[in-house]
Amino acid sequence: MSQVIIKDDEVDIVIGALQSDLTSFMEEWRPFFSRFHLIIVQDPDLKGDLKIPEGFNLNLYTKSDIDRVVGPVSNSISFSGYSCRHFGYLMSRKKYIITVDDDCTPARDTNNKITDAVSQHIINLTTPATPFFFNTLYDPYVDGSDFVRGYPFSLRTGVECGLSCGLWLNLADLDAPTQALKPELRNSRYVDMVLTVPARTMLPVSGINIGFNSELVGPALMPAFRLAKEGKLRWETVEDIWSGMCVKVVCDHLKIGVKSGVPYVWRQERGNAVESLKKEWEGVKLMEDVVPFFQGLRLSEGAVTAEDCVGEIASKVKEVLGGNDPMFARAAETMVEWIKLWKRVRAAE
Amino acid sequence: MAAAQKPTPLLKDELDIVIPTIRNLDFLEMWRPFFEQYHLIIVQDGDPSKVIKVPEGFDYELYNRNDINRILGPKASCISFKDSACRCFGYMVSKKKYIYTIDDDCFVAKDPSGNDINALEQHIKNLLSPSTPLFFNTLYDPYRDGADFVRGYPFSLREGVPTAVSHGLWLNIPDYDAPTQLVKPRERNTRYVDAVLTIPKGTIFPMCGMNLGFNRDLIGPAMYFGLMGDGQPIGRYDDMWAGWCTKVICDHLNLGVKTGLPYIWHSKASNPFVNLKKEYKGIYWQEDIIPFFQNLTIPKECTTVQQCYLELAKLVKEKLSTIDPYFTKLADAMVTWIEAWDELNPSADVAKVAAK
Repeated sequence: MSQVIIKDDEVDIVIGALQSDLTSFMEEWRPFFSRFHLIIVQDPDLKGDLKIPEGFNLNLYTKSDIDRVVGPVSNSISFSGYSCRHFGYLMSRKKYIITVDDDCTPARDTNNKITDAVSQHIINLTTPATPFFFNTLYDPYVDGSDFVRGYPFSLRTGVECGLSCGLWLNLADLDAPTQALKPELRNSRYVDMVLTVPARTMLPVSGINIGFNSELVGPALMPAFRLAKEGKLRWETVEDIWSGMCVKVVCDHLKIGVKSGVPYVWRQERGNAVESLKKEWEGVKLMEDVVPFFQGLRLSEGAVTAEDCVGEIASKVKEVLGGNDPMFARAAETMVEWIKLWKRVRAAE
Repeated sequence: MAAAQKPTPLLKDELDIVIPTIRNLDFLEMWRPFFEQYHLIIVQDGDPSKVIKVPEGFDYELYNRNDINRILGPKASCISFKDSACRCFGYMVSKKKYIYTIDDDCFVAKDPSGNDINALEQHIKNLLSPSTPLFFNTLYDPYRDGADFVRGYPFSLREGVPTAVSHGLWLNIPDYDAPTQLVKPRERNTRYVDAVLTIPKGTIFPMCGMNLGFNRDLIGPAMYFGLMGDGQPIGRYDDMWAGWCTKVICDHLNLGVKTGLPYIWHSKASNPFVNLKKEYKGIYWQEDIIPFFQNLTIPKECTTVQQCYLELAKLVKEKLSTIDPYFTKLADAMVTWIEAWDELNPSADVAKVAAK
């Protein structure tokens, strides 16, 4: 029922460029990107200049910008590979940020109609979330839907949405063992809905296709937890899973919502799952500790901003997980450094 | 493509279809291709002298109010009268492992390709595959063909837990409360959402009894649909009540509840003014009831459904009676229900569940 007015100047689209030639990527997205400001961040490991088509309102950041802004701290915070986009979040001054991997294109729905992932993320972020009670008709604010019988009236105004997690057709975001076991498995099921992930329920947030309210949760999306040599293939990545759980804990604590579902993007074939198995086992093993930790995490009442929350999470990570694996202690340190960097960059205005 | 899909077992000797009715069973004709092989338990509400005709060819048992009184004696007081809540009597007398219950104004729906949906088959698929309440899978039910667990999903949680409940949805007339019906009399649910998902642990939900399957062995005694209808201050909260009790017990016993597919076609919009009168108190009471369910804990010592349920009854009496004396009556009825259940379903079943 809601008419969402999208204020173009409230949105940044941040793209981490892991490939040099962005021409076909940008052309496919042009109808949906062109009205917004873009921030493109070149993977600092990618040599040479990016090829970007004309006609976009954008800022491009490269390794030298990262080095200049971040300074010596860049020893502990890596912006390599997928993490380069976090530099874009750091530089953005907009309320809403939307990001998709550079190997994704717009998806078609069940009527073969091209879908606008950007608008859908904005709709998700600008309509309320309902984390405190489950609605069996999913998003109650979409046209043709509503709260069902039995839904408490006091909970029907909902809360703000901090994070919008989109999905993927074709190559789904499976881990390497799963994809290696089922090499033919492609996601062809377009599920036409978005729902609020209930409070205190953890989920694996994929960084491939998300939108977030940077004012509310921005600092919690951070490149803190990385496997060795991570970053060029999603199968070998855990940074987004880690930061997604931090965001969920922050949202639960601040009584903000996280949505999951539409929009879909079409994800192109890339990489070899069997090859990635060699690296990914480490992440798979660590997840066994990570999930129970986040599920049990409760923050203090004094934490009232995302920065506060991340600081508390970092100390709990150090305290509880630090002994399990040096990666966790490193992650905790990186989180603290990230928050300092975030505050410093903003204060410099 | 995917490996050859195994056919879904029929379970025709393990599943009963429970249908409450006060009008007629004409709707069964449309369901014949899907229901004919199953045993039906008809619970006839209202005037017991009325004869409800069951269409030819169905294997069924039918209970009217006289039967309920005869079988349960004084315990019949826990079974509602003049309300579809009476259906839970059917659960109690069934001897099968699985129950599917459907309202008599629900018909076969079509999927987006125009094919008739075999709702029962989908419920069976849902009940026979595990649930995943401990961590949310963003691709929904990972056990469905064409889906799986996503990156980041811990391997130790991929076996899932047994599924106790399969909650289906409805196209056409949505299950709205009276105020929403009054504001949006023309709204129809036309959105086919091709998903089944597990409702996470710790999250309760509004369960609708129109299109519902469950594993009676795992959760049956929790499916008490409360005191509604004639002589009661409230109606249209029967399935809600059963759903809240069922979900907290499932969470405690590590069982799963799924929602989503299958869809049925809900044809009849009940009168919103009548509904408002029935629901009115519930709308206020649910503001207290929901926090009650969200915050309660069941002691570790409760390891069977009956034990959990009796504990709930105790808590209802303790904590909700201050809202209205109705809750004292309801708590007593919950105890009566368990006594009746155990009488009709002697201890072999209890031991089976406790052993899990």
